[in-house]
Amino acid sequence: MVRELDFAGAINEALRQEMARDETVIVLGEDIGVFGGIFGCTKGLLEEFGEKRVRDTPISESAIIGAAIGAALGGLRPVAEIEFMDFIGLAMDQIFNQLAKIRYMFSGSMKTPVVIRTPCGSRYPATSGAAQHSQCLEAWFMHVPGLKVVMPSTPYDAKGLLINAIRDDDPVLFIEHKLLYYARRMPTLREKYPSMICHVPEEEYAIPFGQADIKREGRDVTIVATMMMVHKALNVANDLAKQGIDVEVIDPRTLIPLDKQAIIDSVKKTGRVVIASEDCKTGGVASEIASVVMEVAFDYLDAPIQRVSALDVPIPYSPILEGVAIPQEKNIIDAIKRIVG
Amino acid sequence: MSNKTQDLTKETLVDLYIKMVKIRKFEEAAAELWGEGLIPGLVHLYIGEEAVAAGACANLRKNDYITSTHRGHGHLIAKGGDVKKMMAELLGRRTGYSKGKGGSMHMCAPEIGVMGCSGIVGAGILIATGLGLAVELKQTDQVVLCFFGDGATNTGAFHEGMNMAALWKLPVIYVCENNLYAISVSTSRSTSIKNIAERATAYGIPGVIVDGMDVLAVYEAVKKAVNRARRHEGPTLIECKTYRFRGHFEGDPKRGGIYRSEAEMMEWEKKCPIKNFKAKLIENGVLTEAEIEEIERKCAEEIQEAVKFAKDSPYPSPEEVLEDVFISL
Repeated sequence: MVRELDFAGAINEALRQEMARDETVIVLGEDIGVFGGIFGCTKGLLEEFGEKRVRDTPISESAIIGAAIGAALGGLRPVAEIEFMDFIGLAMDQIFNQLAKIRYMFSGSMKTPVVIRTPCGSRYPATSGAAQHSQCLEAWFMHVPGLKVVMPSTPYDAKGLLINAIRDDDPVLFIEHKLLYYARRMPTLREKYPSMICHVPEEEYAIPFGQADIKREGRDVTIVATMMMVHKALNVANDLAKQGIDVEVIDPRTLIPLDKQAIIDSVKKTGRVVIASEDCKTGGVASEIASVVMEVAFDYLDAPIQRVSALDVPIPYSPILEGVAIPQEKNIIDAIKRIVG
Repeated sequence: MSNKTQDLTKETLVDLYIKMVKIRKFEEAAAELWGEGLIPGLVHLYIGEEAVAAGACANLRKNDYITSTHRGHGHLIAKGGDVKKMMAELLGRRTGYSKGKGGSMHMCAPEIGVMGCSGIVGAGILIATGLGLAVELKQTDQVVLCFFGDGATNTGAFHEGMNMAALWKLPVIYVCENNLYAISVSTSRSTSIKNIAERATAYGIPGVIVDGMDVLAVYEAVKKAVNRARRHEGPTLIECKTYRFRGHFEGDPKRGGIYRSEAEMMEWEKKCPIKNFKAKLIENGVLTEAEIEEIERKCAEEIQEAVKFAKDSPYPSPEEVLEDVFISL
């Protein structure tokens, strides 16, 4: 029988295996110890590795990141958790003025192998998080040179990318889409998006950064999608196949570094591209990827680039509103219909 | 002024004096270079505060850590930094500590435990706390000494760091250089209490007030805190009352005279840590006038060599702009 893990299980296994392999790996954050993490990602680590290496912290986001930086300078490899990405603002100075810049402003004299894990995104239709527990803020961090930005979409990718992040000597922001945690506890979700739970090898493996994964090959149109949008894009691809439209789905997996070549190659093949990302449209991830395509592959485009992103509004509470604010399959289909045909 | 020269070896006393003089000469040279337009960026000078860095760092071993601030030249010199590399950095040269990428506010020397300065007030408090966590996990007897100013104690970073270090009993000595002004705003107009050391009570750790113009007083207070930290008994907050004789930055009009009275400045200059320590060394027969002069001459010479080294050093080449953003990408 094929061994399957859900998203949190894959994260948990990567942490456990890396902590067992390397005693300098520690984890710290809010509710990660006794409670096992608000989404269960650090369950069992305290029991296995003890409270010196598994640190429940005060609600001090700035100190969580600052302490992780100092600990890294002192020779450890900390994995710090910001409980919701929406809370990351409280730690911003430590992230963008310290962590991201230490390598450069001291010209290579020091290294800070810190991983910041943080859950982002809307949990629609599982539950409503509203304006301060649902945001996708990854675009902010693409704008800060010195940080690697990783955002897996499947349990398989999550394990391999997290192991790679922990072993990386540069700072890594590791973003986990919250809805991906819900596949196990919400069977209808898994039915709708079967790849939310997938085969994950038990042995350790590292997926290098900067390598996009073609989640589905196709000839007619490219969808570049991240995190939860990958699963939505795959559904769209299956639906449109019935109408004779052959969709390619590419997951960059890491925004920094970005596998520009894989995206360009796909665009050269299909001539049409939709970029699906759950952050707000203005100044967002899709805008950046669209610019890359325009600069490099303009001559290969047969139609305007389409961005499918969240509306430029704070995430609303009522499911009726939230479902509209967050990009859905329908929005991807509309975008494709605008440029194919 | 504490009069405990008899408790310390001559070597320690002389070293304290040398460190303070070297810092003073370095800063005077930096002021001069800034005036000549040879320093392309901002410099915050440490003149007047030398006793704090010298007295504090004299308690540290090479592998003990410090974190520093935007006013960090004194800390780096006191921990054993190379004045040539420092001066070259101020001039933006490739031979500088940060190969010209950092400038005055961004130098580090991990080989002697200097784990960076920061232009963001209070940021180092958290990084020092994390260094303490590393020491705690590695179970060594290293300590971390964290310098910051009075302004930093009004940031959230101060509170978060103090609470965390006290909670986890981390081996950190928090040394607040209270020079009475956060840029232009006096502590009386920015800070809810008179003595910053009293804030230690909130975290259940010792808080100590020290005359920061008295190098021996600083030395003694930090010594106690270092011993406590080495025994894994937790952090200490030490407030050194001090004063900067220059403005907040070079170029600050009237040396800060817009927000400080002439009388106040003159009053503090009488407390010059170097002048007073010199008198004490002579009075107690530790050094003669001639020996003092020799020390000052040597320090001046070393700094002049550093200036020459910096001026003769090449600038970075433009293609270096892309180096060291990542270790590998």
